[in-house]
Amino acid sequence: MTGLALFNLFILVFMVVAAVISLRVKDLLTASVVFGIYSFLMCLLWAEMGAVDVAFTEAAVGAGVSAVFLVATVFNVKRRSSD
Amino acid sequence: MKKLALAVTVLTGVLLLYAAQDFLAWGDLQSPASASPVSKHFIADTGVDTEVPNMVTAVLADYRGFDTMFETVVIFIAGIAIIGILRRTGADADAPALKRENEIATEPDLIVTNTVRLLVPVIQLFAFYVLAHGHVSPGGGFQGGVIMGASFILVALAWDLPKAMDRLSVDRAVMLAGVGILIYAGIGLFSMLLGGEFLDYAELSHVLPVSSEMARYHAMLGVEIGVAFTVTAVMFAIYANLSTRGRLEGGL
Amino acid sequence: MRAVSEADSSIMFGEDGLLNELLVERFNYCVYVVLLLIGLYAMIAKNNLIKKLIGMSIFQTAIILFYVSIGVKEGGTIPIYVAEHDPHGNHAEHAAHPEEANATEGSEENATTATASHEADHGHHAPRSLTDEETSGYANPLPHVLMLTAIVVGVATLGVALALTQRIYRAYGTIEEDAVLAAILAEDAATVIPDVLSTKPKRAKAKSRKAKQA
Repeated sequence: MTGLALFNLFILVFMVVAAVISLRVKDLLTASVVFGIYSFLMCLLWAEMGAVDVAFTEAAVGAGVSAVFLVATVFNVKRRSSD
Repeated sequence: MKKLALAVTVLTGVLLLYAAQDFLAWGDLQSPASASPVSKHFIADTGVDTEVPNMVTAVLADYRGFDTMFETVVIFIAGIAIIGILRRTGADADAPALKRENEIATEPDLIVTNTVRLLVPVIQLFAFYVLAHGHVSPGGGFQGGVIMGASFILVALAWDLPKAMDRLSVDRAVMLAGVGILIYAGIGLFSMLLGGEFLDYAELSHVLPVSSEMARYHAMLGVEIGVAFTVTAVMFAIYANLSTRGRLEGGL
Repeated sequence: MRAVSEADSSIMFGEDGLLNELLVERFNYCVYVVLLLIGLYAMIAKNNLIKKLIGMSIFQTAIILFYVSIGVKEGGTIPIYVAEHDPHGNHAEHAAHPEEANATEGSEENATTATASHEADHGHHAPRSLTDEETSGYANPLPHVLMLTAIVVGVATLGVALALTQRIYRAYGTIEEDAVLAAILAEDAATVIPDVLSTKPKRAKAKSRKAKQA
């Protein structure tokens, strides 16, 4: 397998793992931060695919602003979720 | 309910995987999106029509400028909607604040505040750079606007929200967002006044002393500046309202 | 689709089989489908509203991922013009032009390129339309543009949804879906709807009219 294909595989598997973790933890703050990890991995994948503008936007918006909005909301509602 | 959801999800997955067989292999040059004449036209003729090296910015701000204008309007509406949803009026206005679970009253930390004090000017300069250099490198109005908005959010996180709102209050932010859309639509209307169609930037060459391709180049920059204003203002307004449940005091 | 009458195991495991086609050549699409399913399941089945919103975001970004990936071209570069196609040219370009003119005359048989290199010798680099083989060297910019819009609109939607979540918390004190539903049903059961359709006032009016007439 070429290096690039291995990189692709790595990132995709990590993305699925991050998505599943983000939805399974009971602590909502952890879920928001892992969602930021998911966004960063998505950004890496797009940069590798050649979609540099999209990767830039996702890095700024997804991992920067979106995660901050989630954390700001979690601090204002309950931090613990029932499932 | 969960079993039903699982069944529905698995069924959808099976159907999607069945459909995935018909796709061409990944990266194939003959895929319909890549073989369509529209995308070939964009790649081949962006340099001739607009002299902008970044094809994505050219398509975003010029060839599909309508989409981008209404996207900016959507962001503006989202900002207004959040202010409207979280506003306290009438009987609600004097309700005591719900006690937050993790309320720890702390002084702004020394290391964080000093680091942020050094970083924020650099971040804002970088945001301007991303905005202005979006024609030649990845970047443009959205990215620059979000980075700029994030710099205000960083000030609010390191100190507290009133300190960030001294620099950009929510009222000013809404006005700035409106100004951004006015710039965008104004350039479009200006082209109409000069005799062209709405958002036909080549007409601006009648007013500016440049060729019609360079007129499109410069109008694209103007339009991206409008987008950046709106995105900056709305990102900060959304954060200010979300982190304080609409009260605009206290904060994260 | 292959004929179903070939009832042997090569349908699944052969070179043209289902497993090979799906999992090896189109592995990326399978992972995108898995991400879509994770997001969809979270939106339907999770109890907590914030988890539903995270599922919505995962769903949106998975769709954006799929859309961007259909614009990928094997061996293609990013959709920004390389130095030789750059409409403005640059100074390093001008210095390298004598060597480039010799190199490109052999490789490309395009008349406009000869004109361009001729002009380049005079120091002016005119923008020109690219040929088909040159356009296939760049990734497709159209999906990128559409998905830029989608990402930013997605974050705006997330912001509005989070504001609604805070409003629900303010009204009901909880963000678990079943508790909110129970509270709404209890509220509905406890509201008293004023009786506007009864006939008592009309009878009273009729009596008073009769009394006045009498």
